[in-house]
Order: sequence, then C-alpha cells, then structure tokens
Amino acid sequence: MNFSKSFRNTFLVILLSLIVSACATKKTTTKVEGQMQGDVYTGTDTVKYLADGVPDRVFFATNESILTTKSRDTLRKQANWLRENSNINVVVEGHADERGTREYNLALGERRANAAKDYLITYGISADRISVISYGKERPVDSGSNPLSWSKNRRSVTVKAN
Amino acid sequence: MFKIFNLTFFIILLSITKANSLIEIDITRGNLDPLPIAVSPLFQDDNSKKNSKNELKIENVGSEISSVVENNLKISGLFNPLSKEAFLQKPDIAHLKPRFEDWALIKAQALITGKVTIENKKLKVEFRLWDILAGREMMALAFTTVPSNWRRVGHIISDKVYERLTGEKGYFDTRIIYVSEEGAKTARVKKLAIMDQDGFNTKYLTLGNELVLTPRFNPTSQMVTYLSYFKNLPRVYLLDIETGTQEVVGDFPGMTFAPRFSPDGKKIIMSFAKDGNSDIYTMDLENRIVERITNHPSIDTSPSYSPDNKFITFNSDRSGFQQIYVMKSDGSNVKRISFGKGLYGTPVWSPRGDLIAFTKLHKGKFYIGVMRTDGSGERLLTENYYQEAPSWSPNGRVLIFYRETKSNDKGEGFSAKLWSIDLTGYNERQVQTETDASDPSWSSLLSN
Repeated sequence: MNFSKSFRNTFLVILLSLIVSACATKKTTTKVEGQMQGDVYTGTDTVKYLADGVPDRVFFATNESILTTKSRDTLRKQANWLRENSNINVVVEGHADERGTREYNLALGERRANAAKDYLITYGISADRISVISYGKERPVDSGSNPLSWSKNRRSVTVKAN
Repeated sequence: MFKIFNLTFFIILLSITKANSLIEIDITRGNLDPLPIAVSPLFQDDNSKKNSKNELKIENVGSEISSVVENNLKISGLFNPLSKEAFLQKPDIAHLKPRFEDWALIKAQALITGKVTIENKKLKVEFRLWDILAGREMMALAFTTVPSNWRRVGHIISDKVYERLTGEKGYFDTRIIYVSEEGAKTARVKKLAIMDQDGFNTKYLTLGNELVLTPRFNPTSQMVTYLSYFKNLPRVYLLDIETGTQEVVGDFPGMTFAPRFSPDGKKIIMSFAKDGNSDIYTMDLENRIVERITNHPSIDTSPSYSPDNKFITFNSDRSGFQQIYVMKSDGSNVKRISFGKGLYGTPVWSPRGDLIAFTKLHKGKFYIGVMRTDGSGERLLTENYYQEAPSWSPNGRVLIFYRETKSNDKGEGFSAKLWSIDLTGYNERQVQTETDASDPSWSSLLSN
C-alpha cells in the first residue's frame, strides 16, 4: 500500500534518527520504541481491562484489519474470560484513525471489529454473544495528530453489553 | 417542525434582451478579472419603510436585499461589486433610467437597480439589470412574496443576474445541509444543521443526542438522507425537512451507511456492512424493494449515480487499497478509473455529467480533485493537511467540502470548517458556519 508503506518508511527513519541522536532524547526513544511495532500500537496507555489480565482492546496497522500475534494473544484471553463468564455478552467496537475518508473508515471499523469477533468465535464463543459496531473515526481515544496517537485509535475494543 | 421550503413566489418576467450585449463572463477558466458591477440599493418609499419596520424589524429592506446580492456576486469570484460611496445617481432615478455615463465613470460594466414595496403583508420587488457599455436594459423582473422571504429574493436576483451574464444557471437560491460539530475531539457532539448557501438562517435539525453523519439532499424534493446512531444502531435514515418526520431506510440486520439519492430522487443508494464486508445496495422509495448492486469481499462504499441514472461511481479497496470505480447501475461492467499515485475516495458525479470529484490521499496530504468519468484528465484543485467529501453546486461549477486542522500532541488546535472552491481551482474560500462543520451537501436550486 502506497500510503502505509511510505508512512512506515518515514516512521522507521524517524525512529532510527531518534535512536542515533541518543542521550538528550533517550527518554522519547524508549517511549516510542516501546509503544509501536511497525505502525501498530503495542503500548498500554489507553488499555482497560475486562478482568484482571484481560485487556479490552487490540490494535491495527494503517488500513489493515489483520490481527497481530499480540492481538491474537489478547483475544484468546478475552475468549477464556467469556467462557468463564457465560452470562456476559459483549459488543466489539471497531475504530479507525483520522487519516482516512469518513465513509471508508466506517467500513474499515466494521471490518476490524469483525476480525476480532471472528477470532473469538474460533475460540469457542457463540456468535450470538458478540455484536459489533463500527464508529469509523468518530470516537478517537487520543486526540493528537501524530503517528503514535493514530496508532492508539486504530483499534477494536470489546465492551460488556450487559 | 418548521416550514422552510413551502414558500410562494410569483415571478413575472418583464423583459429580457438577448441581443447585442457587450458584457458576458466566461466561467470555464479561472476568472482573475472579475466583472465590475454596481448594485444600487433597491429603492423603498417612506410608507414601505414603515411597513418594513413593522413586519420585519428592518427599516430598509431594499438595501438589505441589495447587500445579499452584492455578497453573492462577490463570493462567486466572477464579479467585483463596486463601493456604493462612489455611486452618483440616486436609487429611484437610476431604476427608471440610469445615466450610463455616470456609471461608466466609476468603471461599472453592469448595474442592478430595483424597487421594493411592502403593502398588505406582501413584499413586491422589481429589479433591472443594465449593460452600461451598450447603454441598455438587459433584463427586468418582478417578484411578489411574503416579506419574511426577503433574503431569498436577494438570492433569486443573484441567480438571474448570474445566469444572464454567464449563460449558466446560478446556485445562490440554495441551501447547505451539514453536520455541526462541537466539543472535544474524543467526545464530539454532532447535529444535523441546514443553512442558506451564504451562511444565514442556520437551523439545527437534531439535538445532538446521537451521532449523525453524511447528510445528503434529495435533488428533487425536501428530503434528506443521513446516517444516525440512534439507539446505537448505525442506520441510514430518511428525513423530511418540511415536516420533521423521519424513518429508517430498509430493514437491514447491520450497519447501513454512505447514503445518497439517485438523481431522479426515487432511490437511495448506500452501503450495507455485514460480517466485515461492505457492499452497495439500493432501495426504491416507492415500492421499498431492496437490490444488491455489488457482491465482492472488499469494501465497496461511497456510491454516487451519474445524472442520467445509468452509471454509478463508487469507492472500493478490491485492488488492495482505496480506488475509484465506475459500473452500470445494475452492477455490471465494473471498471477501475483512478490510477494515479495514492489513495482515492468519496467519488461524486458532477450534475453536468462530465466529471467525478474525489478526495485523494498521497504522501500524507489530502487533495480535492476532479477527473473525467473514464479516469482521464485528473486535476487536483486544492491540497491540505486534511480535507474530504466534496459536494457539487447544482450548476456543477463549485465544490463545497470540509477541512480539518492538525491537533498538537495535547489534542489542541483541532477545527473542522466548510470550504468551497471553483472547478477552475480558483476562488477557494471558507464558508461561514455558526459552529465547526463537516459533511456538507448542496441542495438543488429551490426556485425552479
């Protein structure tokens, strides 16, 4: 993908230059390095927990709905928790960052939410316990206009429905 | 609710002279030399001024109407309304018979004069357009309507002048429906709002209790279609702005979005998302029959009909990323038309039929552009940090869209505003709104 590729490259360059410039910016370096892999958010700033050790959200690369290894790990934890709490139903909310057209982002959010839902189903959770809703780019958690903020907003969040 | 369209106008064409005018405006090119025009305040006698004050709380509605005209002509970028301080002739005398040499002296090439009376709760307006160089009347019209319609009279005069001098229909007696935005970026409150094309008479159609997006006018009636998250179920709705009644469009077991009317106003075309896949559907508003138009595992959205209803342009990522496609309106003959560098979205067919306007994202910048319907002749009109969702003026000469500013790392500095730009790429300007605004849609001409 043109945009995401060039975006990723730019980001890598920034990352490298940060590492090279060391000392003075060391703090920033660790922070950014620790919070993004490619352009997928890997930090925990915005994460909430459905139960102890069960994160409520997973993150996506620009324009993507592919689940990363870490996302699959999170979703397996959610599936276990849902199995143990069979009275709880959930809504999976799909979100996009602000760097895309509104209508496409609504579709993309729906695709992301369904990627998470499908994974929960694969791990034995009944489809009728999971509904999905896409908010597109309408409900960011981080209001900054920078790659890190955008990475936190490209997400699907599992919330209790009852 | 309120009635905003149910307004009666009686328009009488007094005269129109087609032959031998010396002035005309070419709007196919960027107009860097706008036509100097004098808009004389419409004359009003003392009795009318008294009635005007009683009826409208405005004493001199004649000059108010001329200000509406002046402002419209100015924002079109095609006219340069001259300062009234330089006018030598009084409005009433000029209206009877202008002294052309006086107007030529201040370099006016065209002159608008007129007369207003308010009597028995009726507003009567008469106006004339004069060709100063040829020394003759080009057009004369008279209107009768209710006094509260005075701004619309100004818009209709503007349209008549625009049409007479450019040879194309105007776009001033129109409205913009849009989404009004307030509050923090992470908890934005959005309401449907409608206003006159020049930013006046704003009315809010929803209260902000639920998220609303992408309103679009029916080109043939007073209906609007939009996306509402009412009860947290994102669905396409149909709203009658005259009566305020609204209903869900169709009975879909999931999100419907990206709605638009067909040009004949008989169908709504939209996306329906199910199991992570969005396809394009139509619903016939008369018999409620739903038809599936695309059937592809990719995202298909942002559909827009050609003005003859025969084709549909839409946005799809079936190639791996967002591009623009055209197909027949039954869904056959799908062809990709965007091949430039970057991502393309929000295609919208021009009311003239020859162009498709779009949003393009390339190297972190957003562009509003146009291309021919086969994808050739791509022309980018404006570049910015973020902008999207162009909507055509009914004459296909101007695009309105929204633009967002970048936030700093604390999330401050964000704004969303409406902007317009001529098809020529000139005359870019912000459209005034009471609040932040996005997702504009331009109505058809109201007086047709």
